[in-house]
Amino acid sequence: MSILDIRGLSVEFPSRKDVFVAARDVNLSIEKGKILGVVGESGAGKSTVGNAVIGLLEAPGRIGTGEIHLDGQRIDNLPAKPMRALRGKRIGMIFQDPLTSLDPLQTVEFQLVETILEHLPVTKQEAQQRAIDLLDQVGIPNPSERVKQYPHQFSGGMRQRVVIALALCAEPEVVIADEPTTALDVSIQAQILELMKKLCTEKNVAMLVITHDMGVIADITDHVAVMYRGDLVEYGETAQVLGAPRHEYTKSLIAAVPRPDVKVERFPQVDYIEGSAKPFKQIDISTHWLGKARDYKAVDGPLLSVKDIDMRFLTKNAWIAKNRQYFQALKKVSFDIMPGETYGLVGESGSGKSTVARVITGLYDPSGGSVNFAGQELTNLRDKKQVLAMRRQMQMIFQDPFSSLNSRMRVRDIVAEPIKFHKLAATNAEAYGIVEDLLEHVGLGAAAGKKFPHEFSGGQRQRISIARALATRPRFLLCDEPTSALDVSIQAQILNLLKDLQEELGLTMLFISHDLAVIRQMCNRVGVMRYGELLEQNETDSLFENPQHPYTKELLSLMPSMELLSTEALAIA
Amino acid sequence: MFGFISRRLVMALVVMVVVALISFLLFRFVGDPVNQMVGIETTPEQREALRERLGLNDPIIVQFVRFIMGAMQFDFGNSYQFKQPVADLIGKRLPATLELSLVSAIFALVVGVPMGVYTGLNRHSPLSKFFLSVSLIGVSLPTFFIGILLIFVFSVTLQWLPSFGRGEVVEIGSWWTTGFLTLSGLKALILPAITLGLFQMTLIMRLIRAEMLEVIRTDYIKFARARGLPNRSINFIHALKNTMVPVITITGLQLGSIIAFAIITETVFQWPGMGLLFLQAVQNVDIPIMAAYLMLTAFIFVVINLAVDILYFVIDPRLRTERSGL
Repeated sequence: MSILDIRGLSVEFPSRKDVFVAARDVNLSIEKGKILGVVGESGAGKSTVGNAVIGLLEAPGRIGTGEIHLDGQRIDNLPAKPMRALRGKRIGMIFQDPLTSLDPLQTVEFQLVETILEHLPVTKQEAQQRAIDLLDQVGIPNPSERVKQYPHQFSGGMRQRVVIALALCAEPEVVIADEPTTALDVSIQAQILELMKKLCTEKNVAMLVITHDMGVIADITDHVAVMYRGDLVEYGETAQVLGAPRHEYTKSLIAAVPRPDVKVERFPQVDYIEGSAKPFKQIDISTHWLGKARDYKAVDGPLLSVKDIDMRFLTKNAWIAKNRQYFQALKKVSFDIMPGETYGLVGESGSGKSTVARVITGLYDPSGGSVNFAGQELTNLRDKKQVLAMRRQMQMIFQDPFSSLNSRMRVRDIVAEPIKFHKLAATNAEAYGIVEDLLEHVGLGAAAGKKFPHEFSGGQRQRISIARALATRPRFLLCDEPTSALDVSIQAQILNLLKDLQEELGLTMLFISHDLAVIRQMCNRVGVMRYGELLEQNETDSLFENPQHPYTKELLSLMPSMELLSTEALAIA
Repeated sequence: MFGFISRRLVMALVVMVVVALISFLLFRFVGDPVNQMVGIETTPEQREALRERLGLNDPIIVQFVRFIMGAMQFDFGNSYQFKQPVADLIGKRLPATLELSLVSAIFALVVGVPMGVYTGLNRHSPLSKFFLSVSLIGVSLPTFFIGILLIFVFSVTLQWLPSFGRGEVVEIGSWWTTGFLTLSGLKALILPAITLGLFQMTLIMRLIRAEMLEVIRTDYIKFARARGLPNRSINFIHALKNTMVPVITITGLQLGSIIAFAIITETVFQWPGMGLLFLQAVQNVDIPIMAAYLMLTAFIFVVINLAVDILYFVIDPRLRTERSGL
């Protein structure tokens, strides 16, 4: 007997011109104690379905057609008041970002007790006791003390536990979890997923998990629904959908997920999404400006050599030197990168991997140690000319494609800026000619140059960032989480592009990511970081198959298992 | 927290010393005080004697220290104009100004906060649009004009309220007079209080509205809705409290300026407060009064700023953990 039934649900967002349909004819049902996953990329309408169930569609959104039944009772047409009584009491919801879903100015106890008193007929003392019990159930140690604390006194993972406790306050029958682990580190994600699974069976709750992450789906769901641009394209048991997908979109989506266990040469393109790839002008790199004048001296040995880098930040200033407090962000980090190699740095948030990139590019002056690039010591480089020459050879690609491009400049000016700055082209016309070729080459087409960044999607913007990075004809690229803000299918395209460019231009790369699967696909060698220390480094394959350090083993064991996923499509590609 | 407040106290002290220096310099640069005090017939010998008696021949440092020592005991010397101690003059006028400021600050908060919450939550309702248009008047019309307008409508045309003065006042103790206890005193307060508070009210309203619009979009408000909490609790406990930090900053500073700069309103309504006294002092180059007024204003601002800083800690628990680590 299913507890939640969604029948023929359509959600519309009327606008001045027309009606945008965010979800079309969606049929889903969940049984008690089961987990249903809804998976899809951004804009698939998966969150819309969750919001429609709990009656919190953002204005002007509305349910067009269809019905939602909760335990046999129709709830989609309830007036505001009974619907509010339902929220929290019979349907709970968990949000993505635990750092922002709790009121920062109220104690955890206040927020729990307030919710309990709203829904259950208990006294204040009973509610306080229940709040402590709930925190205990979601695995917060020392609950009777911690309940008095404010949200900022909890870590991210602990806060997500508090959020779950809040959602469970009144023992709801259905819990909707919208990207519950997306903002968390792998190790925390594993704990939270396990907790959700446990609570689901213990309390016999039906759970609707909305996510873009195939790993989460494979890990905890019993059934899965795949959505694509508002349509439900495939729906069935998780093992069946992931193992033997029927719909073309599901097949290509699964194929695009990077695997930690299988190494592929190239990611299969999710052509279903972008339509057939537009044929763009083929450029023979060896004769083109981009390939020419790469008059860098060949180096014997490593191109980049980082030795015993220390980095500390002042956290508490004092007049007396010994009272000053520091945060040690990097501790004696050393590694070499050979020419033409891709070196991966992997670690959880706060491990110091981005700090390494900033030290190498000279954004931070290290507190100790040396950085050697192509035989030149960088840490004591003071001559302006030499610094510029170094910067030209090193370029960076940032994580967030939305904030890393100046939204008031046209794309061709964004890409031309480094060329003009480093005086690499004799005339403006020549520079713009180079920009057009670059844009063609990264798959955007020359016409893109006249537009502004906001006219592009995340993946396209990341291509612009890549074109800009290539514009100085660098030989070393630093990629700091270049795809973590992107959908899986787009991520596959960007990773392919980076691989192609590396091959054509002989680029050396430092690739920073928290995603082990991506690292496995991209890198020749990997270093694992934690708390500013480089714990282990090795050839990628050996590290994944035979990890030495306990932390590496732990990280690898925590990755959501991808065994369920079909490998059929990989063979095609 | 203790460390933070003691650092703030030290900074406040520095501010006060600097202001004292500026007030002190008034004496030296706004003309010769002896010339202001004596008539034309005074002989050079008499002038010199007066100079000596006032200590104007001492080294500047000695004079400055004497000034500060005096200021700490509210002793700013005698007013040139009234030949009375400045402290007494100001003490007599202070209750009038403080009562007026208090009433207009309460008016601004009591009316401004609910209007801000309402317009923030019901962005498109006709009432919100009406409030916003009215608030434009508060922002754009100068204070004296609003005061004169109110006098014209309520005193001259309708004859409901008095157009000037404090009405009947009652003495409490030897140094406080209040208008709160008589009907005519209360009636006399209404127009000047509205005139003085209107600008602050519109400012508070617009600020709260902007902050509310921001806060109701946050995840914790969405999550509160998803937990089925009633709107009243969401709007007033979760949303309003989170808008408070910037609002307190501005309100605190505005309270300071209400007290310190009631000059125009007091002039329009002939309100016997400090502002009026100051204006007369400026017209008559009565330097001791100006210096004392400057010091008092600075003191009020410093105290209010300190209070605002402490309020931050009360409202936002995140600040209570001493800035440690990251």
